[in-house]
Amino acid sequence: MVAESLALSAVLFTIGAIGVLVRRNAIVIFMCVELMLNAVNLTFVALSKVYGMEGQVFVVFVMTVAAAEAAVGLAIIIAIFRHRQTVNLENINLLKG
Amino acid sequence: MPNFFFEVHFYLFGLIAIASAIAFVTRKSPVSAVLWLVNTMFSLAALYAMLEAHFIGVIQVLVYAGAIMVVFLFVIMLLNLGHPSDLADARGKWGKLLAGLLGLALLAQVMALAGGKLPEPFTPGGGYSAAEVRAQGAVGSIAQPLFNEYLLAFELTSILLLVAIVGAVVIGRRKRVDGR
Repeated sequence: MVAESLALSAVLFTIGAIGVLVRRNAIVIFMCVELMLNAVNLTFVALSKVYGMEGQVFVVFVMTVAAAEAAVGLAIIIAIFRHRQTVNLENINLLKG
Repeated sequence: MPNFFFEVHFYLFGLIAIASAIAFVTRKSPVSAVLWLVNTMFSLAALYAMLEAHFIGVIQVLVYAGAIMVVFLFVIMLLNLGHPSDLADARGKWGKLLAGLLGLALLAQVMALAGGKLPEPFTPGGGYSAAEVRAQGAVGSIAQPLFNEYLLAFELTSILLLVAIVGAVVIGRRKRVDGR
């Protein structure tokens, strides 16, 4: 079951990475990052079956960081929306000058 | 001892996870994208339970599907982004092609890594079995390392959460015109 889980996690990670590259909606890109974090969590859990319980401890930490990241990231997106009235990354190009 | 019934459900939930993830990336409307991602997370929780990580499965449902995705849904509805935007959401043909090629390259690399031989455990007998988990309890077996070896990291995550809460409030606050 470990090898199948690793393959599944690779597929999920790839789908998340393609989503980050293809989509332009900032919130959807953010959710793709969450999908990639989930794929890594699956790797941790699968390998903890071979290497010991520490993998699951790290999954708890990853979930904590994901929760903190979601709170701060969504606050940033709300702040951007207040300024530009959009979350489409096509219109958010202030750094291009 | 994975029997036939177990394997059928393992592949079933894996296929549901992949199908929901693909639907999530391709949906135009952000709300349906969120709901497909919640579906992916539920099937991942089922897979965690099948891998004898019951506690992780429970907090996957509670924290990820229950809390984080609700925050996403809340922000989408707060900003009124539920309808598909009239601006093109996905990149053009060349962008999609490039992303697909990059994705295939990434998938090939990760699959090659996953297909390789796993290194031996650092400590002999490092893995765990269903019987050990049952003897110690699903929560006890993960709390044992969490509150002994990783206590410092655990305390640091509480500081991280505090900083994130304060930061989210400060960033999300509406600026007053008179500078208060």
